[in-house]
Amino acid sequence: MAAIRFVNVSRTFPGAERPAVDNCSLEVADGTFVVLLGPSGCGKTTLLKMVNRLYEPTSGQIELDGVDIRSLPTTTLRRQIGYVIQQVGLFPHMTVAQNIAVVPQLVGWTRERIAARVDELLTLVELPPAEYCARYPAQLSGGQQQRVGLARALAAEPKLMLMDEPFGAIDAITRTALQDEMIRIQRKLRKTILFVTHDVEEALRLADKIVIMQRGRIVQYDTPFHILTRPANQFISTLVGADDMVRQLSLLPVTAAMAALPAGYRRNGEPTVGKDDDLRQALSLLLRSGAPALIVLDGEAAVGTLTLENIRSKTSA
Amino acid sequence: MDIFLRAYSYALGRGGELADALGRHMLLVAIALGVGLLVCVPLGMLTARSRLASFTIINAVNGLRVIPSIAILFLAIPYFGLSLTSAAIALTVLAMPPILINTDAAFRKIDPAVREAAFGMGMSAGQVLRQIEIPLALPVVLAGVRTASTEVIASATLAAFIGAGGLGIYITRGFALYDTAILLVGAIPVALLALAAELGVGAVQRVVQPPTH
Repeated sequence: MAAIRFVNVSRTFPGAERPAVDNCSLEVADGTFVVLLGPSGCGKTTLLKMVNRLYEPTSGQIELDGVDIRSLPTTTLRRQIGYVIQQVGLFPHMTVAQNIAVVPQLVGWTRERIAARVDELLTLVELPPAEYCARYPAQLSGGQQQRVGLARALAAEPKLMLMDEPFGAIDAITRTALQDEMIRIQRKLRKTILFVTHDVEEALRLADKIVIMQRGRIVQYDTPFHILTRPANQFISTLVGADDMVRQLSLLPVTAAMAALPAGYRRNGEPTVGKDDDLRQALSLLLRSGAPALIVLDGEAAVGTLTLENIRSKTSA
Repeated sequence: MDIFLRAYSYALGRGGELADALGRHMLLVAIALGVGLLVCVPLGMLTARSRLASFTIINAVNGLRVIPSIAILFLAIPYFGLSLTSAAIALTVLAMPPILINTDAAFRKIDPAVREAAFGMGMSAGQVLRQIEIPLALPVVLAGVRTASTEVIASATLAAFIGAGGLGIYITRGFALYDTAILLVGAIPVALLALAAELGVGAVQRVVQPPTH
């Protein structure tokens, strides 16, 4: 069963000429990271905010684990959903620990359980609890604030996370660090995540699947690699830079292109890549080192070899 | 120095009267601030929700501000006589603008993102108000109370002009008898009260103010 199911969902704002969200249907599988991508005004944030009922659909239905979200009181629904917004929205009069404790308190956890959870989450987002528990939001950097925002959203163990351009207001270097964190955390927790962004690189890095929206409609829903290699129309092709081969390569692991090692192969000082690295990294290593081939390592063991020709065979354009 | 000694001995000789005057003064201040808070805090919370309401009410109250308290005092006399009520009305009108304006501003300046986060996390409207909005607005509301209380404490001396008592009786008396020492018996406690209110409310304000850096 899909974790979230949108059935013919539309939303028209009063006085607007066209619907902000126009007859969207979408199924999000349990534990997947789905990014809603599109230019401003495409309806991605509206679609997101209908899941926790900050906006109500004009028509259509949204189901969470098969249950119509309108069958629950809004407060009950929202306490089961982690919510992270671009402006962070930490409560300035509460310490970091108190901010994280808000939803656990609302749902009635014991003091001990909350304290333990706060420590666990601060550790998860790499803010040492001893140092950060008692700080106030104004005493944190923007990146640290959003880490706390993420911890706060995860606090009551929601199955579903809604993230509305969470890294949009953060400088580029910190944003990359936070994306890495996000990937690491998601590998560990396997939440169902709906994540809104207009940053293509961010979408390609984070998503299991990407929903591309244009003028309120869903125009493509696919894996990042397929979006790049088989864009549904010219708009998407331009939006994601589908003709950018290097970008495509960054979405493929080296194992997708490597060739078997020749029989009786002995390591001879060739440059190496890890098997979890992507083809973009492999390509730049080939170019930089000038070596004819790379050796792919799984830990210490050589498992394959990679030449420029192997990489070229994987590019579709 | 002589004048202070004379004021001191005058006050000692009339300990009972002074205590009554002080009590009456405090009562006037309490009524004005109490009614001002009861009316203006809820009103300010409402006006903060609507730009138009805010504009209208704030300007109306600011209009009241330009009428001198003593004029309001005399305007009230035909209806309420030379009484505590008339004095309390004039002082309440004086207390209202700073409380209302600050309450309105305090709730208006709450970051919409904070409110959205609070609702998005599953707080009810009442919980958002109690746990988020009121604590965040409190320091600014208190700044208004601080202004109002010093103004009211000082202006409550006017009550004596219409025979409604308070520490102002020594000021009118000192003026009538051309005796500065008597005047000081009223003026010094008023100054001390105003100072105490300023420092006291200021201290509370600092306690409830979250760190900003």
